[in-house]
Amino acid sequence: MTAPLHDTTADAAPTAPPETGGGRKIEGRSLKQIAWHRLKQDKVALAGGVTVLLLVLVAVFAPLIVSLLGHPPNDFHQEKLDPLTNLPQGSWGGVSGDYLFGVEPNKGRDVFSRIVYGARISLLVAFLAAVVAVVLGTLFGIMAGYFGGWVDSLISRVMDVLLSFPQLLFIISLVSVLPDDLLGLTGTGVRVAVLVLVIGFFGWPYVGRIVRGQTLSLREREYVEAARSLGGGSRYILFKELLPNLVAPILVYATLMIPTNILTEAALSFLGAGVRPPTASWGGMLRDALQTYEHDPMFMVFPGATIFITVLAFNLFGDGLRDALDPKGTR
Amino acid sequence: MPTGFPKRRLAAGAALVVAALVSTTACGGGDDDNDGKDKGAGYNAALNKVVNASAKKGGTLRFVGKQDFDSLDPQRTYYGMTWDFMRFFTRTLVTYDTKPGAASNKLVGDLATGPAQVSADGKTYTYKLRDGLTWEDGSKLTSKDIKYGIERIWATDVITGGPAYIKQTLDPKGEYKGPYKDKSKDKLGLKAIQTPDDQTIVFKLPKPNGDFEQFLAMPTGAPVKADKDTGAKYTQHPFSSGPYKVKSYNAGKSLALVRNTAWKKASDPIRPALPDQITVTISANLEENDKKLMEGDYDVDVNGTGMTQSGRITAVQDHRADVDNIQTSFVRYVALVHAAKPLDNVHCRKAVFYATDFAGLQQTRGGAIAGGDIANSVFPKSIPGYSDYDPYGILARKGKADIAKAKDELKQCGKPGGFSTKITARTNNPSEVDTAEALQAQLAKAGIKIEVDSIDGAQSSSITGSPKVVKERGYGMTMSGWGPDFPTGQGYAQPLFDSRFIFDNGNYNESQIKDKKIDGIFDDAIATTDKAKAKSLYEQMNKQLIDNADWMPFIYEKNISWRGPRLTNVYSSAAYNGRYDYVSLGVAK
Repeated sequence: MTAPLHDTTADAAPTAPPETGGGRKIEGRSLKQIAWHRLKQDKVALAGGVTVLLLVLVAVFAPLIVSLLGHPPNDFHQEKLDPLTNLPQGSWGGVSGDYLFGVEPNKGRDVFSRIVYGARISLLVAFLAAVVAVVLGTLFGIMAGYFGGWVDSLISRVMDVLLSFPQLLFIISLVSVLPDDLLGLTGTGVRVAVLVLVIGFFGWPYVGRIVRGQTLSLREREYVEAARSLGGGSRYILFKELLPNLVAPILVYATLMIPTNILTEAALSFLGAGVRPPTASWGGMLRDALQTYEHDPMFMVFPGATIFITVLAFNLFGDGLRDALDPKGTR
Repeated sequence: MPTGFPKRRLAAGAALVVAALVSTTACGGGDDDNDGKDKGAGYNAALNKVVNASAKKGGTLRFVGKQDFDSLDPQRTYYGMTWDFMRFFTRTLVTYDTKPGAASNKLVGDLATGPAQVSADGKTYTYKLRDGLTWEDGSKLTSKDIKYGIERIWATDVITGGPAYIKQTLDPKGEYKGPYKDKSKDKLGLKAIQTPDDQTIVFKLPKPNGDFEQFLAMPTGAPVKADKDTGAKYTQHPFSSGPYKVKSYNAGKSLALVRNTAWKKASDPIRPALPDQITVTISANLEENDKKLMEGDYDVDVNGTGMTQSGRITAVQDHRADVDNIQTSFVRYVALVHAAKPLDNVHCRKAVFYATDFAGLQQTRGGAIAGGDIANSVFPKSIPGYSDYDPYGILARKGKADIAKAKDELKQCGKPGGFSTKITARTNNPSEVDTAEALQAQLAKAGIKIEVDSIDGAQSSSITGSPKVVKERGYGMTMSGWGPDFPTGQGYAQPLFDSRFIFDNGNYNESQIKDKKIDGIFDDAIATTDKAKAKSLYEQMNKQLIDNADWMPFIYEKNISWRGPRLTNVYSSAAYNGRYDYVSLGVAK
């Protein structure tokens, strides 16, 4: 990554095309183009990317999808349950044309609708937490790497402390003591805000370390030296010279951070520290399914498989993105 | 980017764990083959009759449970299951008859030859003791030991946790300070109890209480031998007066009882004492306990709270002849907090009654079998005071909601568009949060928006039990369950509805009902020794509470109980909340 990531397409305008046997033009290509070219060839990563895109669309258009294919996520349909066992009537957890993923035991809510609405919470928390982590991590990482000295020591120690903090336990206790109304938000809003802030806050040191390391190596480069000798201030060098070159690693890391955040959110909901009932969340569905998993395994399979597919898709896409953006990569 | 790897691997690894979990559960759904050789006595066989009546002695009776006994000290226990179990090594003056079903509610003589001779003014109770009563060291058990045991209730700094009914009745001003601070030589300074001789004990009540004998049937009325009293440590090794004694007790793990050879059958017509040994295993995994019961590793669940959903589905499908659908004395309810606006208005409370789909709540709790019947009265059916009074037509509509009437009541309340409030549900009670969510969905149809706040049940006495916390957190409803301490209106309802029982902490009058009329009915009903009069007074109270929509009962709880096929002499005892009468049980080898 020796060249800045400026869009250099315009500068690299073709001169006289060299005569080659196949008649193919040889063009100068920007890093973006190279990366996109590589990504297109990586079918696995592309499949991951498409799945991610679909999931985002599902989350955004949840009300529409549910009104077409399901039932309101918090409506009880207890007539769909066996009165004796309280399990869904019919095989496969009550899967039918009307209830695509069956119904919940005991309550009879539509599992499909809840998974669709659960995607909103999962992706919202995961994305926003990643944004929080990236913003904080980039800011502190770049400062630590560029200024060095006591600033570096201080920020690095803070990162060490945060990395050794038992974040799951901390979040669980935090959620149980926080009031219901906070910052003008109520109910589910408070829980989502808390989840985002806390998961994001404990995630930034990971980004921070990478950014700091990259900055350390970049700040000695000639173009930075040049900018400095031309009288560029710290702010100019940080944001105009260094930051653009950090975009690639940050982007990759953010993509790989989202699945971890999804799992953290699911784990917290599973432990009862997530959003409040009746708001649907995948982790909460898994917890509910525990009561009856021996007799109604499908209720555990659907949210479990959804989490699995989502996390896998993000990871595959993130991996592909990293390979594509890495100039030392073999492909 | 090497630092990116560990996190990514963690994420991928966790995803794999989820996948593995999903795939193993998918395989775990297969049912065990039903071999068709079930030797059970039949579904509901132990409800109103004795299953496998037998006088055969020997064997080991094996209990399992999730929850350990609260205390083995008779003056310190308040759990119903402990009261049932304690009869193995503790005797009281009177006790509940060892008969199936409602017949168990009758009090019969245990240490005493029979129920008390009560003076005409209802203030003096005299008991004569049986001959041949002994302690586990062979020494004679006298009326003074009974008095000493009861006196321990007064030592509230050491003897904590047990019910205080006897203390409140005999010494309402708290003048006696308990045996540990007693200056008299024999530590028997309490004036309200007299022991004219070793075989006679007399109780002098400052004012009559028609339920006084019920208090004496609780373990708090049990004797303790003064030189064997180890104070707070007594729970580790209670000194036995019954047919068994403690061999070893590991709190939270296990308890083993062996025969007390000093006990004489001739002195005890109540206890058949069939097994040679009794073991109790405490194990926190409810699902696992159910499985082990069905596999025959244990005989009966000592907690008696019914099987888990997963266990009961297997039991009902594959071992139907080995289960009973037991009617407990528990009522599941929603308290409508009068201090929370707009639930101070009777019409808004009535709107909740009309908007609730009781049949839906019933289904969420497991249906008519595993959940219980729909409730219409604040009293359970086994308590005198229950009636079929149904002004809201709940039973008539088969539990369905009447949204039109609910909206009409909301209009009269001045909230035509509905209102918002919060409800608590306890996470340690299976399906309570689910039930609250069901109620949430139902009330929303009438415009009443409630937010479900799950709370830790172990902390409930300082959350829902504290009117201050309830106010601060804005709770308008609390969901919970309630069962009687003893089977009368007083033993069931006074903590729930009497305004003088509203406490700063540990309050169970969660609705915060302050109704002079209700308080007055309690006073009249408690003072009378005429059971028919008390019953009609409690019926009147029920009508008053329901008319005012003060407190909303919704289910008379039932559960599915495992009855091990080895058990003999099994029956459900109403006096012990529908649990099997442990002291009668035996085992076939």
